[in-house]
Amino acid sequence: MEVLALYNYWVVIFLMMTGFYVVIASGNLVKKIIGINLFQASVFILYISMGKVSGGAAPILRETIQTYSNPLPHVLILTAIVVGVATTALGLALVVRIKEAYGTAEEDDIHRQDESL
Amino acid sequence: MTLAQLPALQVILPLIAAPLCLLLRSGRLAWLLSILVSATALIIAVLLLRLVLENGTVIYTYGGWAAPWGIEYRVDIANAFVLAIVTSISTVVLLFSRVGASWEIKSSEQSLFYTAYLLCLTGLLGMTVTGDAFNLFVFLEISSLSSYVLIAMGPDRRGLTAAYQYLIMGTIGATFILIAVGLLYMVTGTLNMADLANLLPALEQSRTVRVAFAFLTVGIGLKLAMFPLHLWLPNAYAYAPHVVSAFLAATATKVAVYVLVRFIYDVFGSSFAFDSMPLQSILVVLGAAAVLSGSTVAIFQHNIKRMLGYSSVAQIGYMILGISLASVSGLTATLVHLLNHALMKGGLFLALACMAFQLGGTRLVDLAGAGRRMPWTSAAFVVGGLSLIGVPLTAGFVSKWLLVVAVLEAGWWPVLIVIAVGSLLAVAYIWRVIEMIYFRSATNPDEHSEETHWSLLAPVWLLIVANVYFGLHTQWSVGVAQRAAQMLFGGPG
Repeated sequence: MEVLALYNYWVVIFLMMTGFYVVIASGNLVKKIIGINLFQASVFILYISMGKVSGGAAPILRETIQTYSNPLPHVLILTAIVVGVATTALGLALVVRIKEAYGTAEEDDIHRQDESL
Repeated sequence: MTLAQLPALQVILPLIAAPLCLLLRSGRLAWLLSILVSATALIIAVLLLRLVLENGTVIYTYGGWAAPWGIEYRVDIANAFVLAIVTSISTVVLLFSRVGASWEIKSSEQSLFYTAYLLCLTGLLGMTVTGDAFNLFVFLEISSLSSYVLIAMGPDRRGLTAAYQYLIMGTIGATFILIAVGLLYMVTGTLNMADLANLLPALEQSRTVRVAFAFLTVGIGLKLAMFPLHLWLPNAYAYAPHVVSAFLAATATKVAVYVLVRFIYDVFGSSFAFDSMPLQSILVVLGAAAVLSGSTVAIFQHNIKRMLGYSSVAQIGYMILGISLASVSGLTATLVHLLNHALMKGGLFLALACMAFQLGGTRLVDLAGAGRRMPWTSAAFVVGGLSLIGVPLTAGFVSKWLLVVAVLEAGWWPVLIVIAVGSLLAVAYIWRVIEMIYFRSATNPDEHSEETHWSLLAPVWLLIVANVYFGLHTQWSVGVAQRAAQMLFGGPG
């Protein structure tokens, strides 16, 4: 049953591989960005579930509570989420520019246009 | 005490100046601010290096929070050396870019260009100076995001696809590093590198630590363009604006190599990396493959910037070979090559930028007859090329010599052959350019372009003369690198 008890890590691995597959297999530049997002989201969940202490409460000082979850991974991943948002914004901005310059956001079409030069 | 604040100032100055550049709006003023900040950063780096060489490691704790809880900046000989390389290259490139950047970047976008440039510098300096693993990830992303922007500013539309490709691969690499940092935190409960170095030896058998090490190596490998993860590099260097190619080629991969060295030798320790993990055989094979494939592919490039990009892949291969030796002499060779490669690639890319502007392109055919039309720039390119090959009296020879001595010490004869073949291949691709410059007449003889302005030649020759200087006077560069290598192996600083 230990395998099932670690279900959060299975979710992480599933999301990570899905995202990674989308990045590699998809030819559409926007879909690749979505893949990268999934990939990063899996790491967010890895960090968040890492900080959970079973039976622990939210880390707010109260007299009745003895065990607290670790807040540090959550704070760290907040930074990583910001980085992820910035990466997505920049990636999408690049796709817009690519679409303006090439008239398409499909990788194969872009390669074909570059080769014909 | 101002001296105690130096590690923080090193990073904070360019970080504050970057948004100021945005507010200035005028390209000329933004350039002036950038070069002032970069020159100040260079002075700070030199002061830090002197301080560290005399008194040992300098530690700065942010907000006064002591080490394992707070973020600390830790400057020792190894990263003070890298700081000096990054800031001096950045300053020389900025000297060039007052005119150099205006060729390719619209005047309305120049203040944005300098904003991104300073952010990139901030990220690179932060990665080098920090003693905190998560902080390193944040600075890595700052430098990466701004370098995507810089590459996309190139005039060619292929710069956009190159930047996009780099963004995808760079983000995967950075996320791998993030996973590794998370796994390390999971088993040790700390993010401080020095603290990690104390706790990890006891956890050598832990599978989590081993997985973290693997993720970290691949993640940093993507950032430093380790073969076969180098696919983003040639296009990114080829289609970025010329000044950006010079800056990134001379600094970004160097800082990534430093980070790899720091994690392998300092945080995990060489006994874990080389004895209980099979890192040595992996790095030797990948380093040798990088040297051979990078140099071979470089011979067949029509675009000289792309050719220099593939040559960078090969040169990074030499650095990886030096790391894989797991000896003080091998690591010294790698660290010296960080400096020497920065000088030669910076010089070559800047010289090529002058030619591109005067002759209209960076394709091999564009350079026909450049020797007569631009004698000084052509001479600079030749000296830089000789240094790249590793001809005696140039800096390239020193680092190759150190690497060969280190390889002989280990008795790795096949690697010696790889280095020799790599150098011969370098002769081949540099010779193609020299032949085109000196022994072909211009395709369009009526058109007569003259030598570039002295204000552009000065920074080019500054780097080229440094190549010769560090080829003749090895005492300083090799001395500092050797002390850094001994320190990373756990010896006294």
